Amino acid sequence: MTLALYRIDDRLIHGQVVVGWGQPLHVSFIVLVDNEVSNSDWEQDLYRMGVPPQIEVIFSSVEQAAERFATWQADPRVGILLVGDVDTAVALASHVPQVRRFNVGGVHHRSGRTERLRFVYLTDDEAAKLRALAARGVEVTAQDVPTARAVPIGEFT
Amino acid sequence: MSELRGVIVSHAAVAQALAAAVTAITGIEGALTPVSNEGCGTEALGLRLRDAVGTGPAVLFVDLPGGSCFTSSARYAKQGGTDIAVVTGVNLAMLLDFVFHRDISPAEAARRAVDAGAKAIRVTP
Repeated sequence: MTLALYRIDDRLIHGQVVVGWGQPLHVSFIVLVDNEVSNSDWEQDLYRMGVPPQIEVIFSSVEQAAERFATWQADPRVGILLVGDVDTAVALASHVPQVRRFNVGGVHHRSGRTERLRFVYLTDDEAAKLRALAARGVEVTAQDVPTARAVPIGEFT
Repeated sequence: MSELRGVIVSHAAVAQALAAAVTAITGIEGALTPVSNEGCGTEALGLRLRDAVGTGPAVLFVDLPGGSCFTSSARYAKQGGTDIAVVTGVNLAMLLDFVFHRDISPAEAARRAVDAGAKAIRVTP
């Protein structure tokens, strides 16, 4: 198997990821790509606490991801790759062209953002960046949990 | 020592239900503030915690030992600049004990809560 889900979620590792997606996908590792978290042992400990011991958590910066992506892809286990925001997703897709899809799983309200879906709030700039990703051939859909419909990008940007 | 504030942090409406149950059982109001993560990203949940905790010492009672409620609570306790303890695995028994013992430090209250909560988990023969 390989990375089964590429997710944009500002909560990073949390219940929907570990349980909601992790259980049905039989996930054995989670790659968290975040420049800030990759530089903080304390933040890494915090996120590890939410994950059962049988699931490995790998922390990476965007630049490190470019070097390590082939290893994750070749891993015989099932994995999930997480980023916390649209900018990191765009940067990752630029550094790692093999990333061909993103699931927008949770981008929440903040000043300047408007509601696109119950669990997706975007600025106009963020929406434009997602459309640009899609125009480059990256499949972008929004779906908070596996039992929900994958909403095509045209319906929320 | 001023009385501790208790803040219950949970997914969905668990926190509201627990706070209501404590009031129904004890008649004590205002000792516990419920906070839900519903519709919140990390930043918004942090703001809800700040509003709930206020300026005094507090214990944050979190539903799970991981996930967005926990990470936001632990981060707030570290950065919040006030005396805060975090307890995970909140249950009704620990909250009932807490509301009657709020004249101690957050760390002591947290230890009491863990003890009271654990004692309530049993298999009945």
